[in-house]
Parts: sequence; C-alpha cells; structure tokens
Amino acid sequence: MSMGTTSFSTYEPAWCPGCGNFSILECLKTALEQLGKDPYEVLIVAGIGQAAKTPQYISANYFCGLHGRSLPAAVAAKIANEKLTVIVNTGEGDSYGEGGNHFIHNIRRNVDITHFVHDNQIYGLTKGQASPTSIEGLVTPVQVTGNINTPFNPPLMAIAAGAGFVARGFSGSKEHLISIMKQAIEYNGYALVDILQPCVSFNKVNTFAYYSKRVYELDSTYDPTQKLAAFEKALEFGDRIPIGVIYREPKPTYHEKNTILKSGGPLLDRQTDPGIVEKICNEMK
Amino acid sequence: MYMYNLLIGGAAGQGIETTAAVLEKLLKKSGYHVFTVRDFMSRVRGGHNFTLIRFGSEIIQSHSYKLDGIIALNDETVELHKDQIHDNGFILCDSKLATIDPKAIKIDMDAMAQALGNPRVSGSIATGAVLRLFGESADYFEDVLKSFVKESVLDINVKAMTKGYNAVRAHFPKLESDAGDTMILSGFKAMSLGAIAAGLKFYSAYPMSPSTSIMEFLAEKSEEAGIVVEQAEDEIAAVNMAIGASFAGARAMTGTSGGGFSLMVEALGLSGMAEIPLVIADVQRPGPVTGLPTRTEQSDLAFVASASQGEFPRMVIALRHHEDAFYQTIRAFDLAEKYQIPVILLSDQYLADTSATVRPFDLSLITVAQPAATYEGEGEYLRYRYTEDGISQRLIPGKSSNFVTADSDEHDEFGRITEAADVRIRMMDKRMKKLKKLGAELQEPEFLGPQKYDTLLVGWGSTYGPIAEAVKALNEYTPDKFAALVFGDVFPLPTALLLEKSVSAGTIINIEQNATGQLAGLIREYTGIVCTSSILKYDGRQISGEEITDRLVKGV
Repeated sequence: MSMGTTSFSTYEPAWCPGCGNFSILECLKTALEQLGKDPYEVLIVAGIGQAAKTPQYISANYFCGLHGRSLPAAVAAKIANEKLTVIVNTGEGDSYGEGGNHFIHNIRRNVDITHFVHDNQIYGLTKGQASPTSIEGLVTPVQVTGNINTPFNPPLMAIAAGAGFVARGFSGSKEHLISIMKQAIEYNGYALVDILQPCVSFNKVNTFAYYSKRVYELDSTYDPTQKLAAFEKALEFGDRIPIGVIYREPKPTYHEKNTILKSGGPLLDRQTDPGIVEKICNEMK
Repeated sequence: MYMYNLLIGGAAGQGIETTAAVLEKLLKKSGYHVFTVRDFMSRVRGGHNFTLIRFGSEIIQSHSYKLDGIIALNDETVELHKDQIHDNGFILCDSKLATIDPKAIKIDMDAMAQALGNPRVSGSIATGAVLRLFGESADYFEDVLKSFVKESVLDINVKAMTKGYNAVRAHFPKLESDAGDTMILSGFKAMSLGAIAAGLKFYSAYPMSPSTSIMEFLAEKSEEAGIVVEQAEDEIAAVNMAIGASFAGARAMTGTSGGGFSLMVEALGLSGMAEIPLVIADVQRPGPVTGLPTRTEQSDLAFVASASQGEFPRMVIALRHHEDAFYQTIRAFDLAEKYQIPVILLSDQYLADTSATVRPFDLSLITVAQPAATYEGEGEYLRYRYTEDGISQRLIPGKSSNFVTADSDEHDEFGRITEAADVRIRMMDKRMKKLKKLGAELQEPEFLGPQKYDTLLVGWGSTYGPIAEAVKALNEYTPDKFAALVFGDVFPLPTALLLEKSVSAGTIINIEQNATGQLAGLIREYTGIVCTSSILKYDGRQISGEEITDRLVKGV
C-alpha cells in the first residue's frame, strides 16, 4: 500500500560527471518503481564513501552509518521490522575492506536484505588508493610501485560462504542491471550484486571502455543453480567477465530459522507481557 | 553483627558454583539476608576458585574475609584460607584431604556418594553437612533442589543432602532471622530483568567476561520474553546492530567489557550524531587490554565519559547495588529514548557476579518513553527539526508517510548531508542543548552516615555496599566522624549535593577501584573540589567494608 508518493526521485547528486554511480542510482530507482515498492516502506542503508551517498539521492527512508558497518545496521533493521524492504548500497571498500568480517558473517545469517556493491576497483572518496578488488600492479598514490595484493573475488567468496543469491552487474548495461536488481530484491534471503562501475577520476585502467569490451551477459544456457559451475563462472574475471546471476538457491532465511521471529509479526510491534517480569521474579524467590 | 560467613573453595570444575547456588537459596528460604561473592580464575579446570556466602538477620552489603566456616574441596583451599577463619570456626572437608588442621571436620563424602550410587552427589552431601553445622533445619532440601537438578536425580540428591546433614552435629547456633519477602539474584540478572521490564526486543553482543552472563540470561528468557538475542561476529557488529534495530523501532541494547567497548567507540558517536537511542552495558574488568579477565575494577569511567571523537551528549550511570541494577537499567532505556542519546550502564565483575537478597521489585514504577507514533507538528516532518529543548520528534521508518533518516555526516533538519557553517552550528547546538534538560533530572549521589561528620568519603558504583558497611562500622567506633556520598549518575556529574556536603567536611577521601582516582578527577573538573586523600585498589579484588574501616582507622 502506498502512502502518497510512488517516485523515488530527489535532488542532484554530488558525484563526478560520468561516474558509474549515476547509472546505478537510476537503475535502483527504476527497479524499485517497477516492483511497485512504497517509498515509505523502503530503507536504504549505506556506510561511508562515494557509493554510500546513494541513499541521499533517493526518496526513501535512509540510514548512512559508519564506514564498513552498513550490514550490521541493515540486518538489525530488518530483524526489527520485517515489513521494511532493506537495501544496502555502498562501495567495495565499505563492503569488503572495512566491513569484510560483517560481509562473511551476514552471508551466514541470511537475513532477507539486498546488498548492492558499487565496485569500481578503487577508493574514490579518499582520492584514488587501492581497494580490495584493485587489480595487481595498479599504481596509486599509496601503491606507488603497483598493487602487490591479490584482488578479492566477491562472487567467489559469497558462494563459498553460503550465499543463496550471487550476481554481478555492470553500470553500463542498465536494462540488464535493472533486471538483476529486481531479482535480488525479490529474492527471499541475503542477495549480493557486485556491480562493476568506472571511476572516471581515479581509475584510469578499469574504465567504461575496459568493462564494455569484457563484460558479456549470461544467457539461458547457463544454469545458476549448479554450485561447482558457479564457482567456475565466478573465477572468470579477465578478458571476459560474465554479468548476470551467477548462483542461486533457495535457503531458509534468518526470520524463518529464528524461533522468535518465525511467527508473531514484526518484532517492533510486539508488546512485552508484564507478567513475564513477575514470573521471572518469582523464580528468584 | 548477627551473621555467618562461609567460604567454599576448590579448583575450577569441582562444582563450587552449583553448591553455592543451592546453598544460598536454602539460606534464603530459612529467612536470611544472603550475599554471595564469586572469586574465580580465568580457566575452566584447575586453579583456585572460591565463593563467599555471608548470611544473617541484617541486610548485607559487602563481602568479608573473616570466616566462620570453610567447605574445602581440596587441600590448597585449607592452606590459602585457614588464617582467615576465627578460632571457633570449622573446615568441612572430605576424609581424603591431607590436612591435620584442628578445625577440620572430615566426613567421607566420596564413600557416601559411592554408597548412594552416584559419585556426583558429594556436593549435596557437603551442603547438607554445612547446614547442620550452622544449626539449620533440613526443611527445604527437596523444595530447593527440584529447581536445580533433573527429576531423575532429585531423590538421590535429597538423600545425599540428608546423609550429609546427619553426618555432623551443629557447630554454631541457628541465627534468628526473618528477612521477609525477598528474592535472590545476581547483578547481571538484575540488569537483564531491568532490560526485559523496559521492553527490550533486541540484544546483540560478542561474548566477553564478565558481560557474557547478560547475553546468556537474556537468551534463556528470549522465547518467553520475545527478545531476539544475536551473537555478533565482533563488538563493532554488536553495537551497530543495536543501533540499526533501535533506529527501526525495536528497543535495543548491547553489552560488553572494556575491551569490547573500545571497539564500539566509533558507533557511540553514531548514536550521538544520528540521535538514535542506545543502551550499552560496560561490565568492567581490570585493564588495560586483556588485563584480568574474570576480576573486578572501576577503571573505565574516564574512558566511557569521553570515548569517541567529537562532542555529543551522553549519559553514564554507574550501578551501585542489585536494586539499582534493575531500576537504573530501566531508567537507561527511558533516558536513551527521551533524549535520543547513548546511555552507558557502568557495572563491574563484582556486582555482576555477586548475588544478594533484595526486596521484590516494584513493577508499578516502570515507565519508559516511546518514540512518536505519528507526526503531529506543523508543516513537513523533519527528523532533526530545531526545537527549544533540542529534542526532535523521532518517528519509526515504515510506520507513517514520512521519511526517517540517519547520518553520521553532519546533516540538516531533514537529515541530508551538509557542510554549511550555519547549519553545522545550529545542529551542534541543538544536540548539545539536550544536556540542559537532562541535567535537571540527574540523580544526586546517595548520602550515608550522620548529619554531623568531619570526614566525607566519596565513591561510585559497586563500592556502595563496602562503603555503606564501613560508614556504619566507623560510626560505632568513632561517632559523628564519617559520612559518605556514593554516586550512581556519574556523567554528567551531579554536583549540588557534593557542593553542599563538602562544606562541613575537613577531609574528603575518594575510594575507588582504580589506580588514578577517576571520580576524584571528574569532581575536580566539575566542581574544583580536590579530594584530600584517596583509597585506591586495583588488584582485581573488590575492597570490603572491613578493609575500608581498617584503612581509615589506621589512617590512609
């Protein structure tokens, strides 16, 4: 039920012209509108970073918390009120670097939230240092002789940790991205979409042209329900980069597994029975 | 003093905990006031652990090392504690112990347990025996045991207790006592119960001694109380979860000790900046870093009062005793919601793990503020609207056709990021303004002792009991000399009563479980009053009433 507005549009973002975030934002708004979501029942959560400004430019409830800590806040908001559509929009530094531990463990929890990672393989807000997904050899103001660390592979990690919905998107393939976003939001459980995007200011290697040349859409010949094949697909990141749903399986959610949440309605609407305190007091007599 | 003091000592894993729990319940049933202190090492097996049970006809507020009896589960206990026992005391132990101490009363508990067919009932034999030694009746054995053991072993445990009871003769006369209607609980249970009474819906934490008991107790009660208890991957997740749940409308809390609190510090600022109610329990243990994991200290006061970068209003409440732990936890939720600030409940291992008999809680006193259900103001709803008292109406996202926002960045009234200088100033002023109203409802410290005094003792938190006992004892020794102020609200620091009471004090002595006198520091900062001298203890063991008395009699 809509309580007034159905549009998710708001004011002008503060990103660099040509930034991949513009497309991702547009796709997100379109996906939410196409799904008929009520803006007042949508909560967009972010940490800190360029991508993490996304909630500011969407007409919805939002929570811009701490760098790296968007997932704990998002899952707890969903635990508090299962009626909210909770979407995390934030960068790869936030999701996989500062928040790496939360990334692993929230896959295990499987709370029904959607995690859109704006992955430009560079740190934008802090002006161009290596991110967890930066390619080896990338020269930055900190990695002056080139990045020597192995790039983090988010889809591979997510599948290994037990995620039930793992996808990759590209900010330049908008119709495709909208479709993936809609599937991710509708998926019952934790859904990860790692979205490749160019950073026009700081990443001169992984540009729009770089991605455009490499990405290809997974078609109906690919079966995302096969885990071992999905691992192989997730490993494909070089001259050719697959985009689409890489892995998908139905899994019981946190709310379905948790004995308190599985019935009884939204947690925040429940009243504590005053008789409970009296009963526990009597046990101590 | 009409009370007895018993020590149960042995290695970790020998069943001290269970024996003490059964015993304190039996003594409570007999009409005593009971006070049980647990001293244990950070290990699962071995080492030396002990529990002190003090019971009698008067309210007991502190532990004591002057013993009437010992239950020694090993020879080490006899060696370590025999000098603390008075001349007429006893040491109850199994025949197999090597001790030749004349106070030893040996019974062959192992053989008796074997004869009953279960070697694990020797604890019940000792419990029965010690009750007889204190002149108690055998009336409540079955009644109490049935809440501790499974029905299949109830009968054998009752038999074991009776066998132990019959194996010895009364050593002390029974004390006459009628404590009336009481309940017995530990500090962590009082806090947990306070949280449940305040309508807690979500508790997230990472296990850390001595705070873990809160999480475990809430988990045990989670189904009947409708609370989601989530064990987080780390303390950073724990506190951010509590903030997320609170933002979304579920009353939330996290708990930890100093090390975990250190990890939560950035999020404390988020609660302050985004004005999201948050209750954090810091159950202190000695630091720095890992320190003494299972022991007690009061060294986090200065830290929690200033933790996190920037400036924002917060409240720190130190818990003084069991009733305080219950009522102040409820108040913490009320203040957090009313002022949309973080409220820190500062407790410590001593209070958390000590159990005591208290009057039944008055559940009619419970009131906790609620977030607004609907927006009823003029014009557009603005989450951070400037107001007279700095408090903006807090709506819950998804509950009305208004947008609810939160930002760790500086933000405008709607909640959008801004760098405008004028907005920054107004928004800082709005948040800080909440302190004015909060200041008016701070609770002054509790004054103990006679109206006429020369020496004023000041303390905070769990030293309340030992200080109260010391003030009473000192005034019997030298009337009209000693009084005390014990703070519960510690930050912001209420100063009115201190300013009034310090006028007639020739000497002011701060008594604290830390090395630097952190309360004295706060007092100096907020009032200019300088404490004359101090009693500071930081060996991980709580100061007792007797220790304070001795030190004051001998001169600090």
